[in-house]
Amino acid sequence: MIELIIPAIISCLLAFFIVYFTTPPLIKILTKKNYAVKDMNKKNNVMIVRPGGPSIILGIVVSEIVLYGFFQLNEILAVIITTSAAFVIGYIDDRKVMGGWFKPATLAIAALPIIFLGAYDSNLAFPLFGDVQIPLLYLGLIVFMIPITGNTINSIDVLNGVASGFMVIASFTLSICLFILQNYEIAIVSLPLGFVSLAFYKYHKIPSKIFPGDSGALTFGAMYGVIAIVGGVEIIAAIALLPAVINSFLFLSSVKRVVEHRQIKGKPVEHTDDFKLKATNDKTAPVTLVRLILAGGPLTEKQVGFAIFKLAIFSGALAIITAFMMGVSL
Amino acid sequence: MKSGLYGFLFAMWVLIIIGGGIMVVLLGPFSIQQFGEFHWIIASGIKVVIALILVVIWILILSKLKNWIFKKELNS
Repeated sequence: MIELIIPAIISCLLAFFIVYFTTPPLIKILTKKNYAVKDMNKKNNVMIVRPGGPSIILGIVVSEIVLYGFFQLNEILAVIITTSAAFVIGYIDDRKVMGGWFKPATLAIAALPIIFLGAYDSNLAFPLFGDVQIPLLYLGLIVFMIPITGNTINSIDVLNGVASGFMVIASFTLSICLFILQNYEIAIVSLPLGFVSLAFYKYHKIPSKIFPGDSGALTFGAMYGVIAIVGGVEIIAAIALLPAVINSFLFLSSVKRVVEHRQIKGKPVEHTDDFKLKATNDKTAPVTLVRLILAGGPLTEKQVGFAIFKLAIFSGALAIITAFMMGVSL
Repeated sequence: MKSGLYGFLFAMWVLIIIGGGIMVVLLGPFSIQQFGEFHWIIASGIKVVIALILVVIWILILSKLKNWIFKKELNS
C-alpha cells in the first residue's frame, strides 16, 4: 500500500500548489494584456480576466506525469493527451469565437487517444445487474462522452465559482467511488483533478478574480470524462454530474439545437434593483438550472451557487450509493 | 422549486438504474451466430440501434417528467 500512498501524496500536493501559486501571476499577465470580460452579475462595470485554463492544465499535466513515473499506465497517458487536447480546443475558443459545432466535433477527436492507447474496458458496469459487453457501442460511447462531459461543465460555468466548486464535489465523489470499487490506481490518478479544482476555486469563488474560460472548463470536463472511461465508472460519473447534465438537458430541450450560449437572444435571468438574480418570463429564453432555481423568487449570486453545490452533494451521495450497489447482484 | 429539482435528480437516478437493468438483462445476452466471423459486429450494430431507441425513449420520459414536476411546483 505504501507504493500507492507516496505517489498519491506527491501528485496531490503538486496539483494543488502548482495551481495555487501559478494563478496569481497568470492573473497579472492577463490583466496586463487586458484579456478581461465584464462580470454580468455585478452592479458596476467589474472586469474579470480569463482564461484560467493555462494554470489548470499545468497542474494536471505535471501531477499526471509524476504519476506516470510511478505507474507507467496507458490510462495516465490517455488522461494527459486527451485533457491537453481539450485545453487547446478551449483555448482556441477563448481567443476566437467558434461555431456551435466546433467544440463537440473537436472534443470527439480529442477522445481518440483513449481508443488508440487501449485505455478502456468495453464492459459497461451497471449497479445491481452487473456488466454488459458492448465492444462496438463502447467505441461510440468514448467518442461521445468527452464532448458531453466537456460541454456539460462548460455550460454550468455561468456564475462566480460554480464550475470549479462543482468540479471539486463531482471529482472527489468520483475518487471516493473508485476507492470503494477498489480501483486504487485510477482513484489516485483521479485525485489531482479534485485538488486542481480546489486550488482554482480559491480565485474563482465569489467575487471572482479570474474565470476559467472555455480552456479551463473543457479541461475539467474532459479529464472527468477520461477518468470515468479508464476507471470503468461511466454510470457513476454520469450520476455525480447529474445537476450539470440537467442544465444541458434543459437547455437543449428548450432550444432544440446545438448552439453557443452567446448566440441565444432571450435572457433566462435578469437582475432586480438590488442586483439579485431573478428568472425572466421571456418565452424565447432557454430553460436553465439557474432559471429553475430562481423560479421560487430572486436570490443573490452566492445563494444560487450554494443551491447548485447542494444539488451536486445530493447527486454525489447518489453516486456513492450506486458505487456500493455495484457490489450487489440481483 | 428546489424540492422539484431534487425529485427530478432522484427520478433520473432511478431511470439510469432501470436502464442499466434493461441493458444487462435484455441487450447484453443478445447475439447472432449465422454470420461467421462478423457476427459480433452485426450483433453490436443491432445493440447500438436498440440503445439509441432506448435513449430517445428516456429523453421523452424525462421531458414529460420535467414538465410534470415543474408545473406541479409552480402551481403549488
